[in-house]
Amino acid sequence: MTMPIYASPEQFMRDRSEYARKGIARGRSVVVTTYSGGVLFVAENHSPTLHKVSEIYDRIGFAGVGRYNEFENLRTAGIRLADVRGFSYDRRDVTGRWLANAYAQTVGSIFSEHQKPFEVELCVAEVSGAGAGGVGTAVGADQLYRISYDGSIVDERRFVVMGGATEPVITALTASFTAGWDLPTALSAAVKALGTAGEGAPRELLPTQLEVAVLDRTLAGRTFRRIQGSVLAALLAGPAPTAAAAAAAANDAAAGADIPDNAAGAPESSI
Amino acid sequence: MTADSRAGHWPVSALPAAYMRPGNASFTEFLSAAEPQLLPGARSSESFAGALPHATTIVAVTCTDGVVMAGDRRATMGNIIAQRDIEKVFISDSHSAIGIAGTAGFAVEMVRLFRLELEHYEKIEGVRLSLDGKANRLATMIRGNLGMAMQGLAVVPLFAGIEDASAFGADPAVSPAGTPAPGRIFSYDIAGGRYEEHDYFAVGSGSIFARSALKKRYEPGADLATTVRAAIEALYDAADDDSATGGPDMTRRIFPVVVAGTPNGAVRWSDEEVGVVAEAVVAGRLLKPGG
Repeated sequence: MTMPIYASPEQFMRDRSEYARKGIARGRSVVVTTYSGGVLFVAENHSPTLHKVSEIYDRIGFAGVGRYNEFENLRTAGIRLADVRGFSYDRRDVTGRWLANAYAQTVGSIFSEHQKPFEVELCVAEVSGAGAGGVGTAVGADQLYRISYDGSIVDERRFVVMGGATEPVITALTASFTAGWDLPTALSAAVKALGTAGEGAPRELLPTQLEVAVLDRTLAGRTFRRIQGSVLAALLAGPAPTAAAAAAAANDAAAGADIPDNAAGAPESSI
Repeated sequence: MTADSRAGHWPVSALPAAYMRPGNASFTEFLSAAEPQLLPGARSSESFAGALPHATTIVAVTCTDGVVMAGDRRATMGNIIAQRDIEKVFISDSHSAIGIAGTAGFAVEMVRLFRLELEHYEKIEGVRLSLDGKANRLATMIRGNLGMAMQGLAVVPLFAGIEDASAFGADPAVSPAGTPAPGRIFSYDIAGGRYEEHDYFAVGSGSIFARSALKKRYEPGADLATTVRAAIEALYDAADDDSATGGPDMTRRIFPVVVAGTPNGAVRWSDEEVGVVAEAVVAGRLLKPGG
């Protein structure tokens, strides 16, 4: 652990940042944004089983980019932390802000104290309830926290873009973002934005190259749902079948809402 | 340098090292390693079994649509009725239900832990446990309570569910053989022994009466409504002969808890729905008290 040659702290931190940033930049990007019905996660992920997006708790979702083993480690730790807190206090006492802080402290400590920083960026999203105002009125209350490899934490209002070449994606999303947009619009904008990065851009991303999930504020209990298979294909197909797709998604959500508190919810459409 | 040796230097709200350690997807095993003080069995006790509320009769009956579980609402402390509207039947995850008899305090805590165990596995692994896997996890948890059980603080659950076919990529409504997935019932003893029951089963102080009633009433191949009726009739018979089991309370509108597990998921019936069946049962008994 002793440093054989003197390096100034500035140099030391700069080297680590550069190392972490390089590692993260190698991966594909993830977009997290709010929409009228909750929070939408869209990841470019060619693997159907190694997820970048995951459920943490009732109203909290997680997205990670960078080294898989490192953000998977953090994801598991987050689920454990949330479940232990929910078990020893109450389910309502598990909040996104608290979890995001725990992640920031952890990643920050690893950045400054371990030999190798984590090459990860995380997003912790918490969806607000439907509330008295009804569905779609509480969009401003959704929380998106972006946690960087050095433990810095940013509270985003509109969207979070993490991963490889983020500049074109951010530019595209800044242009298209409208507060309170609906799911098909938000999804197609996010997919189009992801397609502006990478080789041969602009690219058209296929449903099999995407990992899509939502935190649906209309659901009671666990709100995290993956959107995949035919439902995803229908949502991506464009404006003509959008109404049908939205209805299908609504049915899916309604089927989930029938099942009482804590049940795992609607069966995901199989591919 | 390991995370362990660094743990002492970390900020207080950072993730403790135990949370970052590789492990399996069992919440109970994680708790026993990282937070043992939160485990239900982790406390010393004298023998005070008689002074604690006890919960009583639970029945589970299979039917063509899956399985039905029902439980009465009474908790007793010796000869005192401790609570009239306690709930002893719970949805444990999307496709299973758990009912509990025994010391109410431990039983309710065990149900909380069991539900979390199933949810935790699902979140970490991305798939749900098989029905046998769930039943085995519950057996392990009861075995952990053996010390308390020997002091008279036993918890005896009844577990019922239906295999969640969608978890294995099949059509949720139909098993590979083309028939609906059958509902299954598991009973346990205090040592954690797991026994699969066929057709119907009951646990708790009134279980002898409920089981005898079901022996006469159980119809193989009955539909959901008929089976719910049979379950509530059996609970009525248990309440008739066992002082620790409560019957339908018509004055306070307190009715048994009914959970139906079908291929579409486990659903708790509303009080109104159960009330209609319970009223029909009571009306029948006015004409013929023996049912």
